[in-house]
Amino acid sequence: MSIDDQTFGARPATNGRAPAPGRVRLRTEPLPGVIGAPAATESAAESHVHIAPESVFEADDVGISYGSKQALIDVTMRIRRGQVTALIGPSGCGKTTFLRSLNRMNDSVSGFRIEGQVRYHGHDIYGTGVDTVEVRRRIGMVFQKPNPFPKSIFDNVAWAPKNLGMRSGLKEQVEKALRGAALWDEVKDRLKDSALGLSGGQQQRLCIARAIAIEPDVLLLDEPASALDPIATGAIEDLIHSLKGRFTIVIVTHNMQQAARVADRTAFFSLETRGEKPIGTLIEFDETEKIFGSPRDPRTRDYVTGRFG
Amino acid sequence: MSLFRRGDQPEFDPTQPLVATGNLGRRHAVSRIIQFVAVAAAVAAVAVLVIVIWAVVSHGAKAIDWTFITTGYPTGVGPYLVGTAEVVAIATLMAMPIGVLIALFLSEYAGRRWTRPVQLVLDVMNGLPSIILAVFIYILIVASSKQQSGFAAAIALAIIEVPLIARGTQEVLRLVPEAQREAADALGVARWRSILTIILPAASGGIVTATLLSVARAAGETAPMLLLNSLAKGDAVQLNPFKEVPNVPVRIFQLSEEANPEGFTEAWGLSLILIAIILALGLSSRALLNRSKRKMTR
Amino acid sequence: MSATPPAGTASLKLARSNRQSPARKRADRFGDIALFVICAAAAVLALLVLILIAKEVIEGAQPAISKFGLEFVTNSEWAPPLEQFGGKGVILGTLITSAMALLIGGPVAISIGIFLALLAPTSVRNVISPLVEMLAAIPSVILGFWGLLILGPVLVSTIEPFLHDTFGFIPLFGAPQTTGNSVFNAGLILTIMVIPIIASVSRDLFMAVPRDLQDGAAALGSTRWEVIRGVVLPTTLSGMIAACLLGLGRALGEAIAVAQVIGGSTESHLSLFKPGGTMASLIALQFPSAVSKLHTASLYYLAALLLVIGIAANLLASWVGQRFGGAGGVAR
Repeated sequence: MSIDDQTFGARPATNGRAPAPGRVRLRTEPLPGVIGAPAATESAAESHVHIAPESVFEADDVGISYGSKQALIDVTMRIRRGQVTALIGPSGCGKTTFLRSLNRMNDSVSGFRIEGQVRYHGHDIYGTGVDTVEVRRRIGMVFQKPNPFPKSIFDNVAWAPKNLGMRSGLKEQVEKALRGAALWDEVKDRLKDSALGLSGGQQQRLCIARAIAIEPDVLLLDEPASALDPIATGAIEDLIHSLKGRFTIVIVTHNMQQAARVADRTAFFSLETRGEKPIGTLIEFDETEKIFGSPRDPRTRDYVTGRFG
Repeated sequence: MSLFRRGDQPEFDPTQPLVATGNLGRRHAVSRIIQFVAVAAAVAAVAVLVIVIWAVVSHGAKAIDWTFITTGYPTGVGPYLVGTAEVVAIATLMAMPIGVLIALFLSEYAGRRWTRPVQLVLDVMNGLPSIILAVFIYILIVASSKQQSGFAAAIALAIIEVPLIARGTQEVLRLVPEAQREAADALGVARWRSILTIILPAASGGIVTATLLSVARAAGETAPMLLLNSLAKGDAVQLNPFKEVPNVPVRIFQLSEEANPEGFTEAWGLSLILIAIILALGLSSRALLNRSKRKMTR
Repeated sequence: MSATPPAGTASLKLARSNRQSPARKRADRFGDIALFVICAAAAVLALLVLILIAKEVIEGAQPAISKFGLEFVTNSEWAPPLEQFGGKGVILGTLITSAMALLIGGPVAISIGIFLALLAPTSVRNVISPLVEMLAAIPSVILGFWGLLILGPVLVSTIEPFLHDTFGFIPLFGAPQTTGNSVFNAGLILTIMVIPIIASVSRDLFMAVPRDLQDGAAALGSTRWEVIRGVVLPTTLSGMIAACLLGLGRALGEAIAVAQVIGGSTESHLSLFKPGGTMASLIALQFPSAVSKLHTASLYYLAALLLVIGIAANLLASWVGQRFGGAGGVAR
């Protein structure tokens, strides 16, 4: 196996479009470390076998508030394994809040309270006895503004694996991660240089490499391309395609076209007036083609046709 | 191929319960130990503070009564209190204008070229050991005139106070919104008028705060007093600053060098008064600072 | 920060100034120049004072410098009646006590900084921070007095014998004296003085580390300590060095508290538990009653050395803080 195949998932044979409704594209490789992958994945060629994919996240009636301010309410959705799920909607409607609650990054915000349940592989993320550090080890996150450490490129990527106890094979792991983030060729000769010398797009790909270096189960992307120019944005979107099979990806984006390009399923969040104040909530969640082609809710239609937001 | 695999067994199964896997247990333990150390350090520092203050309060309280404060040596310490107030007042009167002027220079006149050197001068001045200042003033004044005086000590204290006042004033001048300066300029008001009548008054709260804090510092400075103003007897109030003026820090020092337990009691009492004054100055300056910051950002 | 009027106001200014009488315009220009001159003069005055301090102290030390030269530093005999003055003992004492203050106080203060900036909830920080700063507000004479009467006896009865029994093979932990006045006592007092300085600066430095950097590290599944070790400490390293240099300057120059507890000896030795002396404390103790001109000059010599070292530490702190960026305003 070439090192490219060894990296994070062979490219899917499709051109990246979301699968037709009713058909489910099964991955060609089981996720790493999953013991006893379902037998159905062996018959990868029979892509029209209709099997409901496993849920990674299940949100049940989730509501989030900061102190007295209610930010999000009534969110119920299932995020499926191996797919790219996009969260779209106007600003302030709670999509980033929801995303950050999936790996408990909201814990440090003062006054944060969550109602309802968020389950990850069946386990309540906010249950008692849950180890937050372990949650984040399995569910990685890339932030809107690239935030590389003020260290060398190599050290940026190698930092988390070292924490996890990896001693030998670091160089290979860093290379794998950088290749997976489509950054290897650009930085392979200057791994010792400071990461701060990279361009914005490169820094963001470095952050992605950093996140995948520890081989998480899920990748949460919070508007990863919004701070980047269009060419860098395109690179990020190609990257998401190549990572798709190997990871479950949830991406927040305010760019509808981006969601249409990369996502299998799309969730539309918006503000709804409950009582006096508008609160963010989930309006519609479906296959990307349905959301953009034939949305059920008029608010969704208004948003995706550009009537507002 | 997972890096975290030992042999063929993958360590990481995401469907398992969300408890620590792999080496996380050990890493948590290390993190907890460090956090414990940090908390312990903070507790230790506060404990030392409490122990010292408690010692001063418990030993000093019994020394203090009306006689103690109002009479002079040997029954009381009144003259020392008055003397310290006198010397510190003179020092502050000299230091405050200079400190404010330097801060004005830094904030209104100094370009990038002059800010760093002047800032450096202030920093060095702030870091000078007070014993060296004492030696300096000694050479300058006392050696030639053969006369110790409260005034000489006041000059040394002023040198200590200037960087403190300058820095505090500078910080509060920085808080004055640029918009106010621009508005004054747009109205054709002369620079010096706008500084004196608009900017300085806006910063006055912070200036007073900085001054109070530097007074608190100067009141406790012993080294200059020891070399320049330590010969006063302390039996009567001395209002003439050009002679030796009895003062609190030197008296505490002298009492601590004698092996007389009764002297110790007096020293504890003096310490308690001194700490109480410093505490009061600190608290009032902090309250003033909060008030003036609120006014500024409204 | 010279403000230029916003565009479009020039005409307003012109109009306004045209309405002013020539006398007023002259007064304004005079006032502007006068204020500038006064402010600049104040700044120059500060610089002149610094230069004057250096000049006078070094000049005062001349007799001793010309008599002893650099041997002053290596000779340890300090005997005023014999007109023999060698500073080695007190120089050594200065080094030992300052080293102790930094080696113990530095890590403790940084831990306090970590606690206040990164671990404590805001309500706790708002209480503990002022308390730590209050430690710095205690006048040194009171701290020295406390060290003399309270800390000393405790040290002599418990800690010094313990350390001597356990580590006595190291010359540092020699046989304890019985008075409680020791180099060790002075070192501890200096540690207490140095901690609040380094702690408040560290706290400010840590609080200035960008949130998103720490979030990025946390999102990679790291423990709190790993975030601190991997992100917070490396980015603040230069600032902390500068803070420690400031603390060092403080420890080097402290005369009074050390004079009260160290025992006033000029002997050159390495034992923590014997009386000793530092440069600053010797000046404080012997200056008022110096017996001869050479005695005084030798004390000036010590002051000159102290001045040079102190300014060097200060300049180094400024340079480190400047050169390697980090949060501004390190010098407090």
